[in-house]
This record gives sequence, structure tokens and C-alpha cells, in this order.
Amino acid sequence: MEQGLVLAALLFAMGLVGVMVRRNIILILMSVEVMLNACGLAFIVAGARWGQADGQIMFMLILAIAAAEVSVGLGLLLQVHRRLGSIDIDKTSRLKG
Amino acid sequence: MFDLISFIPLFPLVSFVILFATQGNLGKLPVAILGVGSIGLSATIVMLIAFQWLTSGATEPHIYTITSWISVAGFNPRFSFLLDGLSLTMMLVITGVGFLIHLYSSLFMEDDEDYSRFFAYMNLFVCAMLVLVLADNLLLLYLGWEGVGLCSYLLIGFWYEDESNGAAARKAFIITRIGDTAMALGIFLLFMHLGTLEIQPMLQAANQMWATGDKIPTIAALLILGGAVGKSAQLPLQTWLPDAMAGPTPVSALIHAATMVTAGVYLIARMHELYLLAPLAQSTVAVVGLATLLIAAFTALTQTDIKRILAYSTISQIGYMFLALGVGAWASGIFHLMTHAFFKALLFLGAGAVVYSLHHEHDIFKMGGLRKKLPVAFWSFMIGSAALTALPLTSGYFSKDEILLAAFKVEPWLWAGGVLGAFLTSIYSFRLVFIVFFGSTNTEPSEPAGLRMAVPLMILMVLAMIGGFFHVPVDAVFPLLPETHHNQTIAIITPLVPLLGVLLAYFLFLRKSLNLSFLLDSSMGRNLRKFFFSHWAMDWLYDRVFVVPYKTFARLNQSDVVDQVYEGIANVTSILHYLISFSQTGHLRWYALTMVTGLVFVLAIILGII
Repeated sequence: MEQGLVLAALLFAMGLVGVMVRRNIILILMSVEVMLNACGLAFIVAGARWGQADGQIMFMLILAIAAAEVSVGLGLLLQVHRRLGSIDIDKTSRLKG
Repeated sequence: MFDLISFIPLFPLVSFVILFATQGNLGKLPVAILGVGSIGLSATIVMLIAFQWLTSGATEPHIYTITSWISVAGFNPRFSFLLDGLSLTMMLVITGVGFLIHLYSSLFMEDDEDYSRFFAYMNLFVCAMLVLVLADNLLLLYLGWEGVGLCSYLLIGFWYEDESNGAAARKAFIITRIGDTAMALGIFLLFMHLGTLEIQPMLQAANQMWATGDKIPTIAALLILGGAVGKSAQLPLQTWLPDAMAGPTPVSALIHAATMVTAGVYLIARMHELYLLAPLAQSTVAVVGLATLLIAAFTALTQTDIKRILAYSTISQIGYMFLALGVGAWASGIFHLMTHAFFKALLFLGAGAVVYSLHHEHDIFKMGGLRKKLPVAFWSFMIGSAALTALPLTSGYFSKDEILLAAFKVEPWLWAGGVLGAFLTSIYSFRLVFIVFFGSTNTEPSEPAGLRMAVPLMILMVLAMIGGFFHVPVDAVFPLLPETHHNQTIAIITPLVPLLGVLLAYFLFLRKSLNLSFLLDSSMGRNLRKFFFSHWAMDWLYDRVFVVPYKTFARLNQSDVVDQVYEGIANVTSILHYLISFSQTGHLRWYALTMVTGLVFVLAIILGII
């Protein structure tokens, strides 16, 4: 139980750091996937601990959301590449105040 | 027949609407027919009504309701007209003299390109003035009151391209507005205590509710006096009238001599029962009248502009009317109002004829010797001045004599002041006549005025001569004065004094055998003349006390001191906004970082670490 949660927390932290420090959009999307899966792992572990099916149901939901998120994210990625000729996230700062 | 009364103000109003709507696209002839004809129609109806009124011997006031105006919770002033001897007299003066002046202006203004605008304003003025004198309630009266004020403003500033005319118009409008505010307060006060605005029920209720000398009727009467003083150019609000001479001469004759400036006299006469309840206010009326008539007469002695002399004499004559009202000789005040309308309209129109022939020359010392060349104007001035001076058997003699004798019975010193005023009146009016019409010719006049100007002058000459024999039908309106025996000496002295003044003027200005230059050219005499010439320095005083401080304050406040607070709030907000907008870098990673930082903080707080 504890090991599972620690693993999930570590995975989540790694994903978060990846989102914050990476400039490549593909790698940011991958980091977001890692974070989502860390959440899913935490649900599974909690579901196993109390013997409830809720954790697995939530994981299914997260999978579906992750799939949708990736498709939208990749679509945006293609648009960014087409317009800016680059997939560097720091180049997309035209809306700065 | 009496039912035709609602048409009297309607004709000028319809004519105004047509002239206003066509914007001067009509030719000069249709404009003149409309403008003069509408007043002529009204005058005819007034004559018919007056004829029937006098032959039927009616005395009870008639009230004609046209339509209701406002109806809110028991407050329902109506458009209703009151016909009695007083309003009939006023209507006769307004439409009769008004018609003659309109006829005169149809020629006088012929060369003006704004011919149609002039008649539109004049007709609107007549309509408003008729509403004022016919009004059955104080609200409708106030509508007419403000209407004539507006027309006065528009007509003083008629030649608006000259900036000083606009300034004179604004001065007249603002100063009368001061009085009107006081009058509005007086009306509110009466309505608050008596619960009605209709004049006659209101005065009846006032008689029942208050005893003579109570505080509230005194305050109300003084406030209404404020309005009358503003409109009738009396002390201390008289400074606008001399400047109002900037308007065309027929305007001065109609508005600033015959009708509008006497509205204050009419108002006080209409509300006389209120003044009987407030002896303090009534004696204030007398004192104001006396002070004004003396101040204005001294000023008129020194003026050189023909129209300004007449303006000061108007102020002075209205002072006599106020004196009459103040001593309770209501009918004499209205009588003097009527005769004054005749002879002062005559004098102004005569002055207009002189100015017309001299290419708009106003300085009397540049005129001279016009007696032979402008006979109609000369006789207008002779007869007008004789009536103004109250020489025996002219119209002014009868009315002024009545006033002075009534004043003597109340207070001898009021009589003495009035007689001194009459003496000064005779000097300044014949100074004007002798300088303008006798002596050497200084400016060659062009053609004398045509028939349309001469005929009204002649009719007014007749009226100014015989007007004193008319009997004003106001006996039923005012309480009758007790018939007392006049003091014989006083009754003889009163009409002799103006004769003395005329003689003095004759020796001073025509024969020049009496030389007062040692007196006039001494340093004191010169200063005194300068003081009189500036109208007792009242303009200077008002300028220093009111205008300059106000302008200084306005200049200091140009950047809106009060607004600074609100502008400050707006400025702080926009600065904060500017600072915060720095955090919007547009970098996704920066946003993620701040979100995480925030999340860590929130978590830390929830978990109780911080």
C-alpha cells in the first residue's frame, strides 16, 4: 500500500518536473501522460486496499480522458509546428501581457 | 363672447409655430402678414371682450378651463384663464401696444435678413405674456413668466454675431433667474401651507389661515417680491435692463418698457391680498420702489446714449409703480402701468425712428437740430416726454399724481422722494429733447421713416395724450381706498415741480443762459457725475462681489477638484493592472510553475504545515 502510493507520488513528481522544465511539446505531452498514469496508479492501489471496484472504474475514466487529451494535444502540436515551424513551447508567447 | 378668450394667446402661438417651422423660407410679405396679423386678431378679440365686459357691467371674475395639465394625487393645475378687470387691462395693453409695435417693426426690421426669426420670437413673447396675465394658477403664471424671460433673452441677443449682445442677453437671463428662484421658493412655500396653486382660492385660504403680520405670509410675500424685482428691474437686480438695450429698438419698446418689465407690478397687484397680510413686505415694496426711482433718475441725468436714458427712465417709472403698490394704491399702480406703456412705447419707437434715420447713431451729442427734419419723431418725443414728466393733462400727469398723493397719506417722506424723482425726470427727459431736436445739426439724417412707422407713432401720441382719461376697470379687483380730503398745498405742489424741472432744463440745455459748469467741473462734481454715469457703480460692485470671485473659483476648479478622488481610484486601478499584467509572460512553462507553486502553498496550508 505505502510503496504503491510512494511510487505514484514519485511518478507524479517526475511528470510535473518534466512539464515544467521541458521545452519540447512532445516531451511535455509525455510528461502529462506520466502524471495521469501516476494518478491512475494511486486509484488502483487505493481500490485494492479497500477491496472496492471504484478505483478501477476511475482508472478507466482516466484512460479515456488521457486518450482524448493526447489527440487534442497532438492536433495543437501539428498546428504549432505548421505556424511557427518549431515545436519549442517558449516560442508560443504571443499572448503575453 | 367671453369664451373666445382662449383664442387670444392661440393666434400668436400658431403664428410662432408657422414662422419657426418654415425657418425663414417665407418671403417678407407673408412673414409680416402672419406676424402682425396674428397680434391684430388677438387685439380685435380683446377689444370685443373688453367692450362686452364694460357694457355688461360685469365685475365677478370668470374662469375658463381649457384642459387639465397635470393630475397627480390631488395636485391638478389646469390650463385655465382668469378674466377680470386686471387681466383685461393687461391684455388691452399687451395686444394694443403690442400690435402697434409689431406694425412698426414690420418696417423697422425690413432690411434685416432674420426678419422671420424676429417675428417668431416677438409672437412667442406676446403669447407667453398673455399666458402670464391670464393664468388662473401660479404654475401657469410661472410658465408664462419663464416664457417671457426666454423671449427676452432671445431678442436681446437677436444680433448675436456681436459678442457684447450675447453677453447682455446672458446678463439679463441670469439676473432675472436669481429673482425667479426666489419666486419659485415663494410659490412652493404657499403651496406647502395652503395646498392649492389657484390664485383666488389660495388668497382666500391665506386670509383664513393667517393673521396680519404673521411670519409665513411675510416670507412668502418677500420671496415673490424677489421675483418681481428681478423681472421688473428694481433694486438690487436692475443692472440688466440698461444692457438689454442691445436688442432691436422695437424689442426695447415692447419687452423692456411696455410689457415684460411690468410683469412684476402685475404679479404684486395680483397677489395684493397676500401683501395686505404682510405689512412689512408691503412697505419693503414701497422702499424698493422709491430707492430705485431715485437711483435710476440720477443715473439718467448723466447718460449720453439715447436708449440708455430711456432705459433708466423705465427703471425709474417702474419704481413709481412699486411705490404705488407699496402704499396700497393698487389701482394707481396699474393705471401708471398702462399710461407708462403708452408713453414709453412712444418714446422708444420715436428713438427708433431717430436711430433709423441717423444710421444707428445712439449718442445724443452727435444728434441735434432734428426738429424740422424728423417732425414725427420730434412730436413723439415732445408728447412722450411731456407725459413722462407728468405735465398737466397728459396721461402721465393723472397716474403719477394719484401715486404721489397716495404716498403722502402713508408717509410724507415717500412723497418727498417721489417728487424729487419727478423733478429729476423732467430735467433728464427735456435734456434729451433739447439736445436731440434743437440746436445745430451735427449729423445729417436720411429719409424720415415711412408710413408703417409713422402711423403707430401717431396712435401712441394720441393715447399718451388722452390715456389719463381712461378709467382702469379694476375697482372690483382691489380694495377701495377710503376717500379722503387731499392736502391742498400738496395737491398744488405736486404738479408744479415737474414744470420747474422743465424750466430748468430749458435754461440749461436750450438757452444755455444758466451755466453750472463751475459746479459740474469741480472735482466733486466730476466725481459725482462719474458715479452717477456708472449707475452708482453697481455694475462695478456686482462685478467685484459676484462675477470676479465666481470666475476665479471656476478657473481654479477647471480641473474638477471633486473628480480628483474618482480619477485617483481609476488611476490606481490601472497602475495595478499594469503591474499584474507583467505576470502574463505567455510562457506555458511559467504558468505551470506558478500553478504548482500555488498548489504547494494551498496543500501546505491545508495540511497545517504553515
